[in-house]
Amino acid sequence: MARVQVSEAEKVYILHGIRDDLRVDGRGCEDYRHMEIETDVVSNTDGSAKVTLGHTAVLVGVKAEIGKPRPTVPTEGYLEFFVDCSANATPEFEGRGGEELGTELSNTLYKVFNNKRSIDLKSLCICAGEHCWVLYVDVLLLQCDGNLYDAISVAIKAALFNTKIPKVHISSDDEGGKEIELSDDPYDCMRLNVENVPCIVTLCKVGHRHVVDATLQEKACSVASLIISVTHKGTITCMRKVGGGSLDPESIFEMTEAGKRVGKALHAPLMKLLEQEESLGKKRQKVYTCFPGLPLVSPQPPREESGAK
Amino acid sequence: MAADMRLPTIRKTVSLSASAFDRKDLVVPGDVITSDTGFMRGHGTYVDDDKLTASVAGEVQRVDKLICVRPLKTRFNGEVGDVVVGRITEVQQKRWKVETNSRLDSVLLLSSVNLPGGELRRRSAEDELTMREYLQEGDLISAEVQSVFMDGALSLHTRSLKYGKLGQGVLVQLSPSLIKRQKTHFHNLPCGASIILGNNGFVWLYPTPGQQEEEAGGFYTSLEPVSLSDREVISRLRNCLLALAAHKVLLYDTSVLYCYESSLQHQVKDILKPEVMEEIVMLTHQKLLEQEG
Repeated sequence: MARVQVSEAEKVYILHGIRDDLRVDGRGCEDYRHMEIETDVVSNTDGSAKVTLGHTAVLVGVKAEIGKPRPTVPTEGYLEFFVDCSANATPEFEGRGGEELGTELSNTLYKVFNNKRSIDLKSLCICAGEHCWVLYVDVLLLQCDGNLYDAISVAIKAALFNTKIPKVHISSDDEGGKEIELSDDPYDCMRLNVENVPCIVTLCKVGHRHVVDATLQEKACSVASLIISVTHKGTITCMRKVGGGSLDPESIFEMTEAGKRVGKALHAPLMKLLEQEESLGKKRQKVYTCFPGLPLVSPQPPREESGAK
Repeated sequence: MAADMRLPTIRKTVSLSASAFDRKDLVVPGDVITSDTGFMRGHGTYVDDDKLTASVAGEVQRVDKLICVRPLKTRFNGEVGDVVVGRITEVQQKRWKVETNSRLDSVLLLSSVNLPGGELRRRSAEDELTMREYLQEGDLISAEVQSVFMDGALSLHTRSLKYGKLGQGVLVQLSPSLIKRQKTHFHNLPCGASIILGNNGFVWLYPTPGQQEEEAGGFYTSLEPVSLSDREVISRLRNCLLALAAHKVLLYDTSVLYCYESSLQHQVKDILKPEVMEEIVMLTHQKLLEQEG
């Protein structure tokens, strides 16, 4: 992660501010920075979203491909995650610098999102044991200014909401072979139910209190943080501690309670915004333009309308 | 607690002077400055088809036959006498390396700081060994540019009581082009906080010190908690600075103060919302115009 240097006196200032519930930018301990969300930004994906949170900016693309279901769960599709840490975000990511962070992020995202309680994975099944939809979720970090997890999770939820998977028609010929036909009509598509998709809330322990949506400076003052994924009902689905420091059980309890509260409040405005954007349709003024040359989607052969056996 | 989410909108920067487009001295890369071959090619320009062309976006400056373009978006090009705010990145033999937003790290020599115990103190070998006790990596300092080396690196000095190590406060990093050059860059604002507008675009906001601190050579920092009211003023000023910078308003004591006054009807955390930012900057613009007459 991008590092910033903070002097001892600045640390003391930040710590005392958080103790008094007034952070450097005037927010309280449980306030988010203002967030801008735009969906359908990359034309060559099935669903995409760009989220900016303060100066943190992430772009998420979802691409649906036909693949083979995992042998252990033949009736379910699955999600794959890849996080690309662009060197545009910070020079530290140059070369292989961002690889470690990328793997860490994608592993966490896999844990949080790829289960049947978050997304109805059964709806991704085309033909049990043989074909299913695989959703490749590609995340591109454009700018880092703290709180990557939360921004990414909101972007993923928005992108999944935006995802349109073409309807398929299965026909079997005389020899018992099956043929999959994709619908040509762009409006004849399947939408995912994102109701239960969780959002991630990161709580940073700074001094004796904890804050949500920490900036890089605040992050530099914290010893440990707790990553909690919360659904719209306030159910915690996943929890992870990151950072070198330790947390005592009492503060973990406090932090999970705060995480539940904040996470629950995150879903309603997000869904409202997404529906509002959807209702605007083509009238919406597009702000973020994505260039086709951008290496956002991992190179894969184009989808064909081929009859697989 | 509620999160503020919205769709992005295209926003124009607030500007009351529409004449900016008519100004001939503002150029973008590729603009022909002159086709007269009698001029000399300076920084930020190149010759294309015998025409002098701008290679950066900025303001054209002419000195006799030499034409330069001073870029608007740039790193800090220091000049002797500039006030800077910087962060120590390295402690070396007899010198500190300081990050000052210029192309190369600046140096602060041990011989150009005031050590505790008077100006005329001799620097011994022990001082060299205890340099890290005065300033260590990550510490912030205010200083003045003493000289500029051949390669453009800056040599700083803190040989005055107003310079030295910075204590509690907030650093805001902005573009150096936005800082207006003035007689003094240290201001005690009437709203209850002090500000150092570094020429390098680093702005330091701190609570106004009560009484002059004792003779500590500027290396003493108080770690006493800052009062909540001071904090609020500092946070408000910080957000105001960011709002002004987002709309490219020149920063000096008056503009900062007017922006602070315009922001008082909003909560501190709301200042950074785009529409509030626009409104505040608009008000500031008006106040500045009125003041100019």
